[in-house]
Amino acid sequence: MIKRTEYLSKNYGKPEGWSLATYEAGGGYKSAKKALGMSREAVVEEMKKAHIRGRGGAGFDAGTKWSFMPKESKKPHYLVVNADEGEPGTFKDRTIMEQNPHALVEGCVIGCRGIGANAAYIFVRDELHLAKARLWGAIEEARAKGYLGARPFGVDYPVEVYVHTGAGAYICGEETALLNSLEGRRGEPRLKPPFPAQVGAFGCPTTVNNVETIAIAPTVFELGGDAFSQLSELHPLNDGGVRLFGVSGHVERPGIYECAVGLTLRELIYELGGGILGGRELLAVIPGGSSCPVHRADEIVSLPKDDRFAPWQGKSLLDLPLGVDTFRSAGSMLGTCCAIVLSDAVDPVLATHNLIKFYKHESCGQCTPCREGCGWIERILDKVVHGTATLDELDQITEIASNITGNTICAFGDGAAQPMLSFVSKFRPAFEDYVRTGGKSQTRTLEA
Amino acid sequence: MPFALSDELERELERIRARYPNAMAACIPTLHLCQDANHGWVSDEVIQFVATRLGLSPAHVKGVVTFYSLFNEERPGKHQVWVCRTLSCALRGSGSLLEHCEKKLGIRSGETTKDGKITLRTAECLASCGSGPVMQVDKTYHEGLTPARVDEILDRLLAD
Repeated sequence: MIKRTEYLSKNYGKPEGWSLATYEAGGGYKSAKKALGMSREAVVEEMKKAHIRGRGGAGFDAGTKWSFMPKESKKPHYLVVNADEGEPGTFKDRTIMEQNPHALVEGCVIGCRGIGANAAYIFVRDELHLAKARLWGAIEEARAKGYLGARPFGVDYPVEVYVHTGAGAYICGEETALLNSLEGRRGEPRLKPPFPAQVGAFGCPTTVNNVETIAIAPTVFELGGDAFSQLSELHPLNDGGVRLFGVSGHVERPGIYECAVGLTLRELIYELGGGILGGRELLAVIPGGSSCPVHRADEIVSLPKDDRFAPWQGKSLLDLPLGVDTFRSAGSMLGTCCAIVLSDAVDPVLATHNLIKFYKHESCGQCTPCREGCGWIERILDKVVHGTATLDELDQITEIASNITGNTICAFGDGAAQPMLSFVSKFRPAFEDYVRTGGKSQTRTLEA
Repeated sequence: MPFALSDELERELERIRARYPNAMAACIPTLHLCQDANHGWVSDEVIQFVATRLGLSPAHVKGVVTFYSLFNEERPGKHQVWVCRTLSCALRGSGSLLEHCEKKLGIRSGETTKDGKITLRTAECLASCGSGPVMQVDKTYHEGLTPARVDEILDRLLAD
């Protein structure tokens, strides 16, 4: 069901929409003041009631994550905001940082209170120069007003917020790689345990949250956690509130749309997105960033043993509400909720080839299955698109991808394998056509 | 010649250093600062400078430099252009756009024009998927590009 909201995106596109004056005119910074007047436990409880499933893609409950931080420790605690947005198809966090930076800064104050931290680092990928400038500007404005610093809002609870810059590496979106990068090291993921809540940044307890997760926190404290959660159609599944949905690729109106959780892919593509570009048909959709499995337009929901899914049983996957558990149960992944739409102009083999180049380039090289596997699949797909691969090699793609899955330190390997496994199995005839005829019956283009 | 920063950038280095509980954490922002002050690349002299100033080994700094794609180990052109090649942009025509750039500049992706004005590269997802095709020119994004708009941008860079 489409329920458009404007908690984060109210001032998008307005002149000076990112300024403190605009933000405060809409009631900004009242939530931070409120949270600083609450106990740490009460802040976490409120966040838990909101049922915010982590907006970075893993979908872990944000309040529960905050509750993992030690109650007492001699070491400082840190809040680290993951603003290394780089998952292909995902472009929502950038809009917050560029057009509503104060929501993120205010969210940092609330987050710091919730996890017992006095400092937050916002890790922004280097390419996003405008986002960094807007965030620094927002931090300066907030500090000048006394909303940050030694006594924010006159409360004896120091909060500092810093912007940290990456240097070009998708892997730094993985939270432990991000921590290594923040510490001035190569961005290679760490083994877990220990988890960041025990040993995170600088050896201290740390919570890493996505930009949108933190930026929506002020809304939670404005409405109350429970009321926020109930905005969502999936509130009964503990998937609460509103979020930014993105749609890119072959739709008439690509962009970011803020809606209550419960939106479906069909609504995102055909109503908000304005339908398939040039009046063509939908071939496939990747629901939430390229690391999610691809879905064909004709897939249905098949979960006969789970009563919670009875309303959608046997219906098109395009009509299943976009939720963390709905999509996980349906054998998919919600990811970042930013869908990539492929029209029937697209050659699925070339789309697979495009994606493996990304994963090959971005694999950090630490784990052998991922480092060698991504390169090996890329070499096979090079042969496929040149019409020189064999049918055995198509099976090899599946075998290699299966052997990456679960055999690496971080989730990057699974993220690389998912699109490979799903594209090859769901578009097998197209791959075989390349083997047999060099792809004579395929469109041999990605462009509409 | 050893690398050095201007007084103003030295003060900026101090501000960067003060944000973190230890010196190593300042490594990446300091490398950016120095790269920008060194014609867009990290020379051995820059590595030595950063290592000395932050109390790190040159090997550590070199290891960091080689890991990240935005630290240049060779001097790039006066302007750096990245065309996003990843799926969402590819669906909106970034493949044709890159070909257009290569043809116009007479170079392949990864190369620099003979006059040293432009280094052309591809980028992996620039987080601008809803406004593809996209290219980054130095520190600015250009979105929803057409060949005519690209010509305009590249002509301006070539004339600079």
